[in-house]
Amino acid sequence: MFGLDKKDASLLLIVAVLVAFAPFLLNPFPEGSAMAQFNAGYPDLMQRFVIFGIFAIGFNILFGLTGYLSFGHAAFLGVGSYAAVWMFKLLSMNVIPAIILAVITAGVFALIIGYVSLRRSGIYFSILTLAFAQMSFALAYSVLTPITGGETGLQLALDDPRILDGANQTNNIPVPGFFGMEMRDSTDLVLGNWIFTFNVGYYFAAIIMLISFYVSIRIFRSPFGMMLRAVKSNQQRLNYTGLNPRPYTLAAFVISGMYAGLAGGLMASMDPLAGAERMFWTASGEVVLMTILGGVGTLIGPVLGAGMIKYMENIISKINADILHSWFAFLPDGLEDLVVTMIYPFIGKGWHLTLGIVFMLVVIFLPGGLVQGGQKLAGLFGRKKAEDTKTATTEPAE
Amino acid sequence: MDAIILQILNGLDKGSAYALIALGLTLIFGTLGVVNFAHGALFMIGAFCAVTLSRVLSLSHKVEVPGETDFLGNPMMRDVPYAYEIFGESLGAGIIDWAVPLSILFAIPVMILIGVIMERGLIKHFYKRPHADQILVTFGLAIVLQEIIKYFYGANPIPTPAPSAFVGSFDFGALVGFDPGTIIYPYWRLVYFAFAAVIIGAVFAFLQFTTFGMVVRAGMADRETVGLLGINIDKRFTIMFGLAAAVAGLAGVMYTPINSPNYHMGMDFLVLSFVVVVVGGMGSLPGAVLAGFLLGILESFASMREVIAIIPGINQVIIYLVAIIILLTRPRGLMGRKGVMED
Repeated sequence: MFGLDKKDASLLLIVAVLVAFAPFLLNPFPEGSAMAQFNAGYPDLMQRFVIFGIFAIGFNILFGLTGYLSFGHAAFLGVGSYAAVWMFKLLSMNVIPAIILAVITAGVFALIIGYVSLRRSGIYFSILTLAFAQMSFALAYSVLTPITGGETGLQLALDDPRILDGANQTNNIPVPGFFGMEMRDSTDLVLGNWIFTFNVGYYFAAIIMLISFYVSIRIFRSPFGMMLRAVKSNQQRLNYTGLNPRPYTLAAFVISGMYAGLAGGLMASMDPLAGAERMFWTASGEVVLMTILGGVGTLIGPVLGAGMIKYMENIISKINADILHSWFAFLPDGLEDLVVTMIYPFIGKGWHLTLGIVFMLVVIFLPGGLVQGGQKLAGLFGRKKAEDTKTATTEPAE
Repeated sequence: MDAIILQILNGLDKGSAYALIALGLTLIFGTLGVVNFAHGALFMIGAFCAVTLSRVLSLSHKVEVPGETDFLGNPMMRDVPYAYEIFGESLGAGIIDWAVPLSILFAIPVMILIGVIMERGLIKHFYKRPHADQILVTFGLAIVLQEIIKYFYGANPIPTPAPSAFVGSFDFGALVGFDPGTIIYPYWRLVYFAFAAVIIGAVFAFLQFTTFGMVVRAGMADRETVGLLGINIDKRFTIMFGLAAAVAGLAGVMYTPINSPNYHMGMDFLVLSFVVVVVGGMGSLPGAVLAGFLLGILESFASMREVIAIIPGINQVIIYLVAIIILLTRPRGLMGRKGVMED
């Protein structure tokens, strides 16, 4: 199907089904119940799942295949956001031109940065990308304020030209849409106690995510992907064979930058606002965390990692001491307090601590990330099952 | 002329901090070959050692003031620090006032301990792994350390003043023969620079003039051969890791009066320190120190109003710009050695 072998096709199909039914799957608990706070099926969060999924898929094409660890990838996401918001301001509120411009701008930006940074490898490459990203952040924050909006960020205004949209009759700032469908529109489906929300923006982003995922599978399976893996495993040997690895790594860098730009453009489409903090190096660190956590070099890993981190950021961080107390109310008082004090530092505002610990454990014990963990687990239940796990690893972990 | 001297002085304190952190990073990299992204966190922990000590010293309890009552007729209560009772009033007040410099004594063992635990418990297992893995695991560790500090001390910066003897500024210009009032410089920054110079000198002297240092230098040059000579080089390298942690910690301790410590200060410095290390040359100790001061001073020159008027925003990007130019034209850095991390 679509030029994929059977295993990849079924992986793509599974992901497509999961994404399509995400509003149901992420809302397993009835409204108003104690567990309702674990529901992740609200549009804002679902959009973030798929958008950061795209970001991580793109990062994985660079890091997973070539082994070049970029610590400045958020710069491309930021550039994409700015480009998209400018398109909303100048041309039209339709998301298509905005996203196209976001991808192109990020691609050009990645070409320039990549051309310079890829002259070095290893830790130097990481530092160079970090330096470029921090430079972009500092410039966006200060000197480039006329273009980027500086500290307040780039926002839409009533008197923006929007050439294609014609004059703005109402007194409201228009919202981004896709040929009449507004990104923030959603319909609710009420089934008993359950409320499922279907959001236009989510499905739009999800379709783009599936396309990106498909493209990434094709890249992984192509001769080009093979070449990139050769860069990772032994660059010297590649040189001896008479091949110049530079164009291949540069292409991978630009592709992965364009993915980041796409994610940035989508982010701006869901909420037409772009700020410099999206380019800060912690944002670059986040996508590294996502990719490693899910499983670097695997197809589905980055998406899982992105989902997990965003889930923790939005759901786990909301649990406070009172909720914990209510959960452990069945314990005797003294024990209850003890359990709550022991768990409390790791959740709620302290979710970063949990994230850091989990991340360290993954790097130490599971270099292949959650995907490898899943495979090991499946391997425990016999050989047969290990072979047809839902994940398609591309290479053994290091 | 006076403006130039002022900018050089301004650059010195930041440059000192960069140089100290970069020195530690290079020590770790040169000995163990590990890229330590948690080094900024060590700097931050050092700063919080100072916060902890100054809090411990000012622990107080309520004491009745004899003969006085408040307006309700209850006996008047007053906070009296325990330090007053132990050391007497004047010495106690002095000790509390000097909490930050005293923290040096407290921070050294703590930081060496943390460094050794870190090396033995975690870094040891990563020698054979690729550099990317080392970066990642230490990055994770930095997040964890940062969050632990945040849990105990909160997210807000904690002001920790310098001893009152060093509060305020003095007229540096008048001292060296300029018109009075042209070069005003805070005392504590000069103290910080002098402190950094002493520490850097001590580290170099330790490596240069002691047998231990000689063995470590030999190990940096050729680890395997030193091991073959029957010397337990791993143990010495572990101690060097503790030493590097202590250097970072001390840099943090003394930096608290300049910049109120918060839990993410380490990360802010780390990014710049890495740039400093790369500019100086991976694995070169003099390079790290030189680049630290150079970039600190360059940064302060770039923030002059006259310079910003010509190239707006240059003060924000100068360090990164220099790093990019250096890496592309002199990949080994200013004083990098041949064959050390050249790929």
